[in-house]
Amino acid sequence: MSKILKLFSGSGAISIIAIVLGLIVGAVVMLIGGYEPLLAYKSLFSQVFGNTYDFGETLREITPLILTGFAFAFAARAGLFNIGGEGQFIVGMTAASVIGIKVHGLPIYIHAPLAVIAGGLFGGIWAALVGYLKAKRGVNEVITSIMLNWIALYLANFIVRHFLLMEGKQRSEDILPTASVSFPWLSDLMDSARIHWGMLIAVLCSVFFYYFMWKTKQGFELRAVGNNPNAAQYAGMNVGRNVVKAMFISGIFAGLAGAFQILGVFHYQSIMSGSPGTGFDGIAVGLIGMNNPFGILLGALLFGTLTYGSAGMSFGAGVPPELIRIVIGSIIFFIAAQGIVRGIIKPFYFKRKKEKVL
Amino acid sequence: MNSATPVVELKGITKRFPGVVANDSISFKLFKGEIHALLGENGAGKSTLMNIVFGLYQPDEGSIEINGEPVIIDNPNKAIDLGIGMVHQHFKLVEPFTVTENIILGMEPKKGSNLDTKTAAARIQELSEQYGLRVDPYAKIHDISVGMQQRVEILKTLYRGADILIFDEPTAVLTPQEITELMEIMRRLVAEGKSIILITHKLKEIMHISNTVTIIRRGKVIDTVKTSEASPSILAEKMVGRNVTFKVDKRAAAPGGNVLEVRDLFVKNKEGATVLNGLNLNVRAGEILGIAGVDGNGQTQLIEALTGLSKVESGSIRLNGKELANATPRQISESGIAHIPEDRHKHGLVLDFSMSENMVLETYYKEPYSKRGFLDYNAIKKQAQRLIQAFDVRTPSAETKARSLSGGNQQKAIIAREIDKNPDVLIAAQPTRGLDVGAIEFVQTQLIAQRDQGKAVLLISFELDEIINVSDRIAVIYEGQIVGEVLPEQTNDQELGLMMAGSTVAGGVRHE
Repeated sequence: MSKILKLFSGSGAISIIAIVLGLIVGAVVMLIGGYEPLLAYKSLFSQVFGNTYDFGETLREITPLILTGFAFAFAARAGLFNIGGEGQFIVGMTAASVIGIKVHGLPIYIHAPLAVIAGGLFGGIWAALVGYLKAKRGVNEVITSIMLNWIALYLANFIVRHFLLMEGKQRSEDILPTASVSFPWLSDLMDSARIHWGMLIAVLCSVFFYYFMWKTKQGFELRAVGNNPNAAQYAGMNVGRNVVKAMFISGIFAGLAGAFQILGVFHYQSIMSGSPGTGFDGIAVGLIGMNNPFGILLGALLFGTLTYGSAGMSFGAGVPPELIRIVIGSIIFFIAAQGIVRGIIKPFYFKRKKEKVL
Repeated sequence: MNSATPVVELKGITKRFPGVVANDSISFKLFKGEIHALLGENGAGKSTLMNIVFGLYQPDEGSIEINGEPVIIDNPNKAIDLGIGMVHQHFKLVEPFTVTENIILGMEPKKGSNLDTKTAAARIQELSEQYGLRVDPYAKIHDISVGMQQRVEILKTLYRGADILIFDEPTAVLTPQEITELMEIMRRLVAEGKSIILITHKLKEIMHISNTVTIIRRGKVIDTVKTSEASPSILAEKMVGRNVTFKVDKRAAAPGGNVLEVRDLFVKNKEGATVLNGLNLNVRAGEILGIAGVDGNGQTQLIEALTGLSKVESGSIRLNGKELANATPRQISESGIAHIPEDRHKHGLVLDFSMSENMVLETYYKEPYSKRGFLDYNAIKKQAQRLIQAFDVRTPSAETKARSLSGGNQQKAIIAREIDKNPDVLIAAQPTRGLDVGAIEFVQTQLIAQRDQGKAVLLISFELDEIINVSDRIAVIYEGQIVGEVLPEQTNDQELGLMMAGSTVAGGVRHE
């Protein structure tokens, strides 16, 4: 455990200071706009922690962010910029919908896991395609994954419209009850907030991420390829295969996020006019969490809390909820521009160091 | 100011980094008009010290005096104001800009709101003539030679009014001709009243040009001596802390049968040009075969073909009779070929991995480092510590990142890892490039020790001295073929030089 903490402590301080700075920037903007920042932040947090329903819904908001954050970070650790979490998320949603609606006669303990696995698997395949094109043809993963985001969006809409449509509506039929991963007992406890098993699985995925990346042979290869592909090749690792593998696992995370949104939250799939954005938010979460699985849990917690709480800000202090995007944007800015943050903490840091030496 | 006041005086400078003391109460005096060499092994603390003088680091203890006045140099601009200029080892120039534009960068002279390059260029021309630099102020950086680029760096410091010039390993990137010219320039600079600190680990240059030498070892000043009273062997001994022989000690080889046989090897480079044209080669057990040749005659492709990093068009590579042409790097490594790569940063190490992880870079998937898919970090650490100790790799710990080690210690780590694989054939490509005398001796001794154990060693080097001193047999490569073979005791620089230039000479037996 102490090792896990150590892994995180160096960058942890920077993240925390970046968050504080982001909140300050948000406050300044509110002051300029004539709002009361303290009241706004107070209502933001009371929206989240005020009652059990909202608290449960905040958890619901956080869950897919954790998984899409992992999708970005896992690929980043292997030296790949997976900007295609969005498309992998949509493909995961669609695969889960198809299994959840079209497959009949299975008991819940087979149907629900099957739909979840299908979501993860297809998300993984969608991403592996990007990896394959990079490994075999040398095509930049950013370009292919952005294009696949659009293909995923329109493919999903096509599938819903032609195979799953509820008569006269812009959405699919409901999934069968046997495919649901909702957690009714806990939902009832939380005034029917949409709690589902995906939350637990997302947290477990962080443990998987950590062990796979830092404790296994395969993780060693992925990190070597990510840090120095030439040395990895010299050492006898198959660089191309590792690129495909990293993208596949990365896509599984995003696909699972999509599957849980369908099977645990909405129970149907809409025809989307635009991208839902959860995959893109995952990039931000990955950056806030500095591509560390436990950092991402906290990053998603922050991102989800701010996003869900922004509604409260608008009720309580009249602040437009979009303002929270400024806060999130500033936090990412301060994390990316680490030099500024280091400059601010430098005096404190040095003082501490000196004491240690003496 | 009287002439006995040093222009730079460092008093008891100490600088600690996590796990190491880079400078341990170093005192140092530079007098006007002198060239003072700072000699030390890679990682001895020379660069740290000079970065302190140039304001890039702050010392933990100690003080600096310039012309007898105590000063605090907390950034490079302060250093420049005090008349200190640094010529870095890696140039800091904007390639598409002209010489003048590079020199005025950061302090652009203005005429109204426009840039006044004309006056600046005239001033640069004047300085250039005064010190015999012969630099064209209007030439673009990417059009001029490396030697000229270095002169631009020198001009940059002079233009900013530097009286004290620090040269950090200035000859590392220069050709022998350019080195001679640089020496001339340095003499001219001191003749005009400048003072120079020269950081280097090359003894020949120090003997040639400096007035005084300060030797640093493991962060401490060992001695300061007048160059006229020193000799290369005394300096080398002080630098590494033990006796250094420049001649490599070795017994006569007792070669056995062929271990590695290369026949009619054809290999293309990335641009699709054929760079190996039917190359033939044998390496026997218990011998070191040196490959001499001018850079770019197919050495890189030969190594890559032998180690599976590039594709073989046709021909055969046999190790103990087993065909290895176009096998994967892992198959080749497991068959018994170890490889000390030419570029240790590109191929040899993952710089952001710990030393432990780098020590098992090729064996991580085997027991005991990996069990049922999981890594056993205790076993990995044990292995790393064993190698670090056996090969005297100087690192704060096995968990230190490879990036923070000096070049010599990085190379030692790679050699430790490769030799520990207990290979039948050891391929050493430029194994001593950029290393100091102590480390070079270590590497060459290791290669000979491998030979004495009956291994076949293939040494590829551009250093003729190294080829002649270490090899038991020399093959000359020219335009992708072995054009001749000589014995080191029967040849000399001139003969090898001619063969490397493509002429077959009497005494050189044409291979096959």
